[in-house]
Amino acid sequence: MKIGVVTFPGSLDDADARRAAAVAGAEAVALWHGDADLLGVDAVVLPGGFSYGDYLRAGAISRFAPVMETIIKKAGEGLPVLGICNGFQVLCESHLLPGALIKNHHRKFVCKDQRLRIENNTTAWTSDYDANHEITIVLKNQDGSFVADEATLDRLEGEGRVVARYLGNPNGSYRDIAGISNERGNVVGLMPHPEHAVENLTGPTTDGLGFFTSVLKAVVAS
Amino acid sequence: MARVVVDVMLKPEILDPQGKAVHGAFGRLGFDGVADVRQGKRFEITLDGEATEERVAEIRKAADTLLANSVIEDFTLHVESDAQ
Repeated sequence: MKIGVVTFPGSLDDADARRAAAVAGAEAVALWHGDADLLGVDAVVLPGGFSYGDYLRAGAISRFAPVMETIIKKAGEGLPVLGICNGFQVLCESHLLPGALIKNHHRKFVCKDQRLRIENNTTAWTSDYDANHEITIVLKNQDGSFVADEATLDRLEGEGRVVARYLGNPNGSYRDIAGISNERGNVVGLMPHPEHAVENLTGPTTDGLGFFTSVLKAVVAS
Repeated sequence: MARVVVDVMLKPEILDPQGKAVHGAFGRLGFDGVADVRQGKRFEITLDGEATEERVAEIRKAADTLLANSVIEDFTLHVESDAQ
């Protein structure tokens, strides 16, 4: 089972995401932004970082990378895709997910251990969590405030597409939203970093591992 | 050579933390009577030749595709034909 992790110019957390995939028991495959070939992977992670220096808007230029053309097409066919932090921004810019991420309302970079509630445990990336499971993983961002118009927010909540909510809103995200999914549940965007919470030596918890073990089960089931 | 200018602004309902920071600095510097500040982006796009209708339409498409994110931003576009 192969989980691909894309490296864009300015990605920071690609190595940690590959490591998390390996800890979960997958074969981690490095994917390159300039190569449209996904090398036969079963799932894709778009990692955190500051691709293209966040120039223009976070994720706005990465969204047009050759690898994204393939990912957008395959995501429509059901390929599991997880966008973490900058990866979430790329997914919103790609219109695979609704809404957008703007600067934290307090204008400061935030880096802390963050409590979340997993509100949808039926997506490809969250099935290993219990319903309303509370987890603590790392949060670190500058442009982490999730925004969308009221109708979109109502639709996300009504369709159960709020995957995770902050317990204590760290960045001004509307309705405390930390992560959302597409309608099918194969594409998930999450602002905090599960890949930094998969081993006790380096993370605050191992609560993040569930995202990676969930997708392994989703791939086996499909 | 013609120049196409694209101005991008956050939609009114989207919070603008940078504008708020600038507004706060206005007050600290003694520039009073300012109700609000919104910060946007200006792109000056110089064309190789004349700004024909087709080429301006292309730039408009680029603005809609790349320069502005229509989820959170609006843009306006105008042509400055006397750019050197």
